[in-house]
Amino acid sequence: MITLGDYLVVSGILFVIGFAGVMLRRNLIIILMSLELMLNAANLSLVAFSRFRVDSAGVPNYNAQVFVFFIITVAAAEVAVGLAIIVALYRRRQTTDIKDISSLKF
Amino acid sequence: MSPFLFWIFALLTMIFGAAVVINRNPVASALSLVVSFLGLAALFMSLNAYFIGIIQVLVYAGAVMVLFLFIIMLLDLRAEERRRINWLASAGGLAVALILLGQIVSVVGHFKIAHKTFPPLSGSTIDDVRSVGASLFGNYNLPFQIVGVLVLVATIGVVLLSKREPG
Repeated sequence: MITLGDYLVVSGILFVIGFAGVMLRRNLIIILMSLELMLNAANLSLVAFSRFRVDSAGVPNYNAQVFVFFIITVAAAEVAVGLAIIVALYRRRQTTDIKDISSLKF
Repeated sequence: MSPFLFWIFALLTMIFGAAVVINRNPVASALSLVVSFLGLAALFMSLNAYFIGIIQVLVYAGAVMVLFLFIIMLLDLRAEERRRINWLASAGGLAVALILLGQIVSVVGHFKIAHKTFPPLSGSTIDDVRSVGASLFGNYNLPFQIVGVLVLVATIGVVLLSKREPG
């Protein structure tokens, strides 16, 4: 049978894949995609805990699913703003590579 | 949900998630991310969270990925593929990620509740859209309206950021 731990491990692996993407890739758009992957990994573990916490009436805990709904909404707004910033950056610098964007580097 | 289907969708999600990071071509990465999100939506449905699964397909695999592909096509990111890789920095990043993975697996392994299976649900039909909606408009009404304001602010911000500068 599938246990809660299986879902948590899948969620952890997905989070690590996203984290590795943020650490390894140099392209801003790929970094934003990896961030989305990390957010979705958190969503998966939240939904798994929601299904696990079944009350005496046999109904799952829906508070976690409302939380996931909020995460998805905020993530969609974040992607829109992030991509707009990337487009504005590309217009000025003609690049999306983080190696070329170092004016704020100490 | 049978264990067989769970592992198929989990592997689909993880392999295509890894393909997002490994692919050098941004368009291929974006398309891998779509498949990964669809696998994740199937995992949500396997947890009886049908509403979240459908929202995942509509918002992520639909709207967000169209936005990503649109921006990738707009910026024409061909030159990125020819860059050479800094192997030392890559090895360092990979090492940090693997240490994090080891930590997560060890924590889940020592977590007593994680070895239990999921408890059964009551009815044969699950009315989760009604229940999520009831708590969204009841308990969580104020956060819901704040999120509405946030989306409005994001829309205005995007319009302002992508406006062509005068002169």
